[in-house]
Amino acid sequence: MIGIRLRFTPLQRLLHWVMAVCILAMLFIGVGMLSTIKPKYLTLVSIHKPLGIAILVLALIRLVVRLRYGAPPLPADLPEPVKLGARLSHYAFYVLMIGMPLLGWGMLSAAAYPVVLFGGVHLPAILPHSDGLHTLLWNAHFYLAFAFFALILLHVAAALFHALVRRDGVFEAMAPVSTRDEIAPAE
Amino acid sequence: MAQPSQSPTRSIFGSLVLIAVIIAGGAAAFAYTAGWFSPQRLTPEKMVAALAPPTGVALGHRRNHAKGICFTGVFEANGAGSALSKAQVFTRGQYPVLGRFNLGTADANAPDATVRVRGMGLQISTPDGELWRSAMIDPPFFPVSTPQAFYELLIASASKDPNAMKTFAGAHPEIAAFGAWAKSAPWTGSYAEDRFNSLNSFVFTDSSGGEKTVRWSLLPAANPVPISQEDLAKRGPDFLEQEITERVRGGPQRWTMVVSVANPGDPTADPSKAWPEDRRAIEVGTLTVQKIEPERDGPCRDINFDPTVLPSGMRTSDDPFPAARSSVYAKSFDLRTAEAKDYPRTATDAKP
Repeated sequence: MIGIRLRFTPLQRLLHWVMAVCILAMLFIGVGMLSTIKPKYLTLVSIHKPLGIAILVLALIRLVVRLRYGAPPLPADLPEPVKLGARLSHYAFYVLMIGMPLLGWGMLSAAAYPVVLFGGVHLPAILPHSDGLHTLLWNAHFYLAFAFFALILLHVAAALFHALVRRDGVFEAMAPVSTRDEIAPAE
Repeated sequence: MAQPSQSPTRSIFGSLVLIAVIIAGGAAAFAYTAGWFSPQRLTPEKMVAALAPPTGVALGHRRNHAKGICFTGVFEANGAGSALSKAQVFTRGQYPVLGRFNLGTADANAPDATVRVRGMGLQISTPDGELWRSAMIDPPFFPVSTPQAFYELLIASASKDPNAMKTFAGAHPEIAAFGAWAKSAPWTGSYAEDRFNSLNSFVFTDSSGGEKTVRWSLLPAANPVPISQEDLAKRGPDFLEQEITERVRGGPQRWTMVVSVANPGDPTADPSKAWPEDRRAIEVGTLTVQKIEPERDGPCRDINFDPTVLPSGMRTSDDPFPAARSSVYAKSFDLRTAEAKDYPRTATDAKP
């Protein structure tokens, strides 16, 4: 007999917070590297590529874990449109976490750039050399990065609203450490 | 569920303010990182804008070295380079080459005799999947010491202020040597007679981890025949492309690749300073150009000869230029590949 789980599983919480750090770093590295011609440009690019692939791998693991374990229910008193928004935002996160690295990888492939992870470790091209494809993917990668960051800001605002204003347990469901009971008491 | 609180309204208001501050702070940090609060930051966009010629940007073309022609061929390594770098490209053998002869101008239609600097873009592929890309030019040293100075040179050259160049030369005296070279060095009537130099330094790593800072050059097998700028002008605005096409049709053209090794204390970070002549120089192989193709439909068209695309066994040094070139070339590449309609292919199977 198991009660309704109020929190994400420890593996889900670990993946969430590790990926939060990676993705924020990734977005800052992305806009930072495009803004400079200094030697740090190369350093940032050389982090951006392997970190992107790491995020892709983590996102795929996370998707499997999510499909296996699901998510705790949202508070019953949360208005339906808000619940819908929350669900849609989760879809958007998965699409971006998986899509952005693939767009980047595809964009480099279409430009005939080597996809160097580290040292002599390369990834194969996943698309043919094509200026049209490169432009399409570059634009998508660039503009979706800003959409991704905006979504993260919205996500953080919502999480803090749940934590500080509503105090309804939604934040605690993903909090890195336990601040309340894992299992719901009988209603 | 909700915790009792002394003053719920004030606490909610305080929470909302805290949330707003955190979100605004996050957005501001992002904008700062992107350079939106730093108008003085030298971005690739600014460098590309400064390269634009008075005649207007050559849409669909490289933002500098805009006029060029593709070649293919082979690099035959003699094995001697393996003493310096573990890269497979130096293991004795033949490796396919793709390249581009070009003129150092942002105007894709510049007459050949109006352009002092010539260049060669080169890509050597090895069976291990590695690529070595390089973009070299024919002067023996670069006009300025830093990317920032190069930007200022572009601004000064385009300035309407009659004293702009004088002011620039005062702040960057290294430009004088380049000016003297531009005035006195003989012109040639063929890309095949030009020597191309990396100018930037790179670090080679050998199989036991030993590191050397190097520069490289391609020395033409063809004997350079000096020609005056006036005589070159008389041969026509696109003579060099016609000449190299005819010449290679008549037989492959060769260059010897020589790698020079810096001594401790040599100016590895400053491409405006040549290293002394007596530095250890190793002939590592021969470049053979076998086929010339017009750029419009040619294999070099959509290749970015980014000098930081290096095989394992080579890396950038303390020279700040390769990083700057990489970021600016990428910007140029992103722009021109999006402008393909302004430089349409003629082939019937043209890609969109």
